[in-house]
Amino acid sequence: MTSIRFVLNGTDVEVAGQPATRTLLDWLREDRGLKGTKEGCNEGDCGACTVMLSDERGSRAVNSCILFLPQLHGKVVHTVEGLRSPEGAMHPVQSAMVAEHGSQCGFCTPGFIMSMATGHLNGETDHDTHLAGNLCRCTGYAPIVRAAEQAAKEPVPAWLASQAAALPVVDAPEGVALPRSSDELAAWYSANPDGRLIAGATDVGLWVTKQLRDLGPVAFLAGVEDMRGIEVTEEAIHIGAVTTLAELLPAITPYYPGFAAMIRRYGSAQVRAAATLGGNIANGSPIGDSPPALIALGATLYLRKGDERRSMPIEAFFLEYGKQDRAAGEFVEAVSIPRGPDRLKCYKISKRFDQDISALLGCFNISVEGGTVTAARIAYGGMAGIPKRAAAVEAALIGKPWSEATVQAALPAFKQDFQPMSDMRASADYRMQTAQNLLLRYFLEDQGLATDVLEVFA
Amino acid sequence: MSAIHKPVPHDAAPLHVTGEARYVDDIPTPAGTLHLAFGLSTVARGAITAMDLAAVRAAPGVVAVLSAGDIGDADCSPSNNDEPLLATGTVHYVGQPVFLVIADTHLNARKAARKAEISYAEEPAILTVDQALAAQSYFEGGPRIWARGEPADAIAKAPRTIEGRIEMGGQEHFYLEGQAALATPQEGGDMHVVSSTQHPTEIQHKVAHALHLPMHAVRVETRRMGGGFGGKESQGNALAVACALAARHTGKACKMRYDRDDDMVITGKRHDFRVDYTVGVDGEGKVLGIEFRHYTRAGWSLDLTPPVADRAMLHADNAYWLPNVRIESHRLRTNMCSATAYRGFGGPQGMLGIERVMDHIASELKLEPLAVRKANFYRASTPPKTGAGTAKRFGGAHSPKQPAETGPQTTPYGQPVEDFILHELVAQLEKSADYAARKAKVAEWNAANPVLKKGIALTPVKFGISFTLTHLNQAGALVHVYQDGSIHLNHGGTEMGQGLFQKVAQVAAAAFGVPLEAIKITATDTAKVPNTSATAASSGSDLNGMAVKAACDTIRERMAEHLAQLHQTTPDAVVFEDGVVRVGAAEMSFAEAANSAYSNRISLSSTGFYATPKVSWDRNAGQGRPFFYFAYGAACIEVVIDTLTGENRMLRADILHDAGASLNPALDKGQVEGGFIQGAGWLTTEELVWDDKGRLRTHAPSTYKIPACGDRPRVFNVDLWIGANPEETIHKSKAVGEPPFMHGIATLLALSDAVAACGDGSEYVNLDAPATAECILAAVTRQRGGYV
Repeated sequence: MTSIRFVLNGTDVEVAGQPATRTLLDWLREDRGLKGTKEGCNEGDCGACTVMLSDERGSRAVNSCILFLPQLHGKVVHTVEGLRSPEGAMHPVQSAMVAEHGSQCGFCTPGFIMSMATGHLNGETDHDTHLAGNLCRCTGYAPIVRAAEQAAKEPVPAWLASQAAALPVVDAPEGVALPRSSDELAAWYSANPDGRLIAGATDVGLWVTKQLRDLGPVAFLAGVEDMRGIEVTEEAIHIGAVTTLAELLPAITPYYPGFAAMIRRYGSAQVRAAATLGGNIANGSPIGDSPPALIALGATLYLRKGDERRSMPIEAFFLEYGKQDRAAGEFVEAVSIPRGPDRLKCYKISKRFDQDISALLGCFNISVEGGTVTAARIAYGGMAGIPKRAAAVEAALIGKPWSEATVQAALPAFKQDFQPMSDMRASADYRMQTAQNLLLRYFLEDQGLATDVLEVFA
Repeated sequence: MSAIHKPVPHDAAPLHVTGEARYVDDIPTPAGTLHLAFGLSTVARGAITAMDLAAVRAAPGVVAVLSAGDIGDADCSPSNNDEPLLATGTVHYVGQPVFLVIADTHLNARKAARKAEISYAEEPAILTVDQALAAQSYFEGGPRIWARGEPADAIAKAPRTIEGRIEMGGQEHFYLEGQAALATPQEGGDMHVVSSTQHPTEIQHKVAHALHLPMHAVRVETRRMGGGFGGKESQGNALAVACALAARHTGKACKMRYDRDDDMVITGKRHDFRVDYTVGVDGEGKVLGIEFRHYTRAGWSLDLTPPVADRAMLHADNAYWLPNVRIESHRLRTNMCSATAYRGFGGPQGMLGIERVMDHIASELKLEPLAVRKANFYRASTPPKTGAGTAKRFGGAHSPKQPAETGPQTTPYGQPVEDFILHELVAQLEKSADYAARKAKVAEWNAANPVLKKGIALTPVKFGISFTLTHLNQAGALVHVYQDGSIHLNHGGTEMGQGLFQKVAQVAAAAFGVPLEAIKITATDTAKVPNTSATAASSGSDLNGMAVKAACDTIRERMAEHLAQLHQTTPDAVVFEDGVVRVGAAEMSFAEAANSAYSNRISLSSTGFYATPKVSWDRNAGQGRPFFYFAYGAACIEVVIDTLTGENRMLRADILHDAGASLNPALDKGQVEGGFIQGAGWLTTEELVWDDKGRLRTHAPSTYKIPACGDRPRVFNVDLWIGANPEETIHKSKAVGEPPFMHGIATLLALSDAVAACGDGSEYVNLDAPATAECILAAVTRQRGGYV
């Protein structure tokens, strides 16, 4: 049972006596009587529960259905009920949605409104991207995008900007572990080696809302400030484990735009705002999207347990399905990516472009000098029980002329590297054929051919 | 200014955008309200050999646990009484409700429901079409067959014969608001139910049956749904019945809403279809004879399968004259959730069958697909006047010799196609979409691009409007005018986002010549308007608009008569417009007129009723006029595919759709845009996957992918066809809910066109649906004769 404080729609709120894994959505609807925020899927995939969360890092749209109350400590929350001005005037996105016929059944609308208001506040213009985490089954989206475009012509309401910036001054919360530094986290985890670390809760949230699991002792990582952020040196890009994907996206763009392009399709705006790079690595999923890119880039993983630290090439962390090289009480502290010429491309294959889990993801980093392949780092997600390097394929390329013939000759090596499985996302045959074709795509794209359907227009 | 034909926003839009609009789960509940969850079968077919619910009962917050023995004969079926609320000894699909938990909170009910220990004697489940055919597992005793002419003979004698098969998947409704109901016990054993349903009367009927009460003791209200799409026509019955039983059992208000995963596992979806075809054509691609065999997996219970499968048969012609035709329809009983109503109600599946045939004919005969379609179009109902000689058309030297070659052609089921506008509509779309030039550009682009390929297709829609069960084509309304001139509007239709309430309010406002603000839209309520039909079959505004107009006309005529008497003139001299009432030179506000009528003891309340004329249908013979009229439209879609991965996207959509004299062009355009995207989703990314144990593996939005914002085409031109409905519908408008869904067919065929660009034309593409990236890559690989 916990006691935490935050500001809700301009009012200070203290919440006491709630389980640490009570979701904001349930609390809003059941305890607070704020029924405007909707439950559509209860797993962060539909966006009907979207609220605006603000802190010193700015405002972002997040899914309240997989956001636990302690994650709000010291922050500012706006729900759809808090979006009218103090005088009762509608927010520009609200009036634009009425005028442009952007709602039909209306159930997804509050979530859209909150994503749109957040985008409006942040000056977003790529509406397809910042609304990718909100599903609408009625409108076909066209009028919603028209509304977003109309609203963009109106200024951000001053009262909203000032409310979003007015953070409450809080002490450490009661009854919940919310470490403020890597040292505090290390101490807590050493004392609670069976405890559960929760960063963005975009995965762990579902353990609670769908698997109905009791997580035992938990610590929330969002306040571990010395594990957040990106530092770029001459040699490397150093990324703290609690850096969100949303923070990583603009930071990585100048160095590895191919990584950034994939991150744009990682989850949705809401998911990227909460999900952390460390979480995406530590949960060990074979279909987590950042590990293959990090493997292809030759990243180093930094782990900490108590006062002991160690590092390893990131691919060494993933041992087998569900098993990582991580001791009890040990946690991911940071990742570093070596700087070098950008040869990285990441190809994410899923049924839907946005907000979808990869059927497979191929990441390629192939160096060519004087027409010969001098180095190759190729890694896939979704092709094995872990994010995995294509060692045999790499070997079949290195030292060979960079030609279609070489690529074709390397294709049979995929069967040494991978024996993919069939599931609801794709068959084993499709995974294998596409994995091979992605290498071909990398080559053809390198030759200047058009290979990306997202870059084609009517 | 009359309120009709105006693009006013949805009546609840200001409530939607502020979060004030209330859905079932948002309604304040009485203290002590209890929450329900079902325990579900984990096997697809078998007998329950033991059921230990002790741990469920002992779980925190649990008030009671009910199983089949506790609930009498409670049943949820809309048709056949073959859906016991809780399994009675045997289970028929994974996800079938087996027991009911009543607990203090939603979460506690869900948690408890997972604690049961149930043993089953499993039997081999019937999951596939082939398994069902092998086991002769049929509803209705066997296939239904309708035919005209001599199809076998015509095919045999045709210059060319083409055979093929298309498999098309089902579709999850994915209404954003899951199923929900709230039952509150009333005095004397009566029950009040609030339900997210398209069919309040059905809820009333099933709850009354379960409680052994007359229908008058059960009142059902529905203010709005967060999306329906057919998924709330019968699938809400279980929740409402469960709530009512639990409310009676506990004496407390009881609420139930499905968690999304439960919703997707328990409830029915669009019927998947296999369509086999054999067609005989002439050299121009004209169909001389055709045979279809439809196979659909109906799931474990009958539900609405007969009318759905019938409607698939009734749309096997789409826009095309089929002189000799035979349609065989197999409704197969399988161990899956019971397939149910979904926007189009079988129509899309039947229509995709014939559109696939047109595509196949064009491919085999190396003809332009749109030319093949036009060659097969139904004859224009009214021959276009084309200058000199037309006047002598029927007597001149070049006149058709056979009278049968003029006038309307008839559908395979014998209904004359009297309102066929597709010749003109398609011509207009070809022009606005620049079809011919873009088709040439696509070919040029494809010649220059080895990896990516574009495709384009233009397909028509002709959709029959009316319930095929003729007696459902009726509606009632209740209108009150209060003495201050404000108007209370009620009718049997339900609001699921389509804007029905606003369109009907526009009808009422126009009838009284008052502004829309004078009309209060109210929740659908079985105590106000009885014996309603489901809001389905696109019929909402057609039926309820007319019923409301009848009620308003009655009141207005009474007011006019009263005012005429008062001013010593005739009722036709009393004019209601612009918010005032004029009687000769006198003018008063509508409120003054209402108050005058009240003061003179004139009734200001009326019911209204409407029954669709002209329809009659002999289902057994497959003959008659099931539809009052047809709604039309056409779509031109351009796509691009990646031949290395099968990834694809729509680039441009041009849609021209016939909404008659639209009651509200803005809302109708919304139906067209949204329906099209939903239809395109059905045929592209929306893949339902069951495993070999009958478990649905795509039971959440993480695995079942409806279109997202970025999936809509970047160029998205939607226009309404300008033209009044020739039939006497409400202000000459046309129904618009379902027909635009089928514009998605153009997306599938554009993808097929893009895949065809990978081959030499020697083999037809044979693209099944949904055309996922995987499905497209397989088709590309076939075109290229193996691995790329």
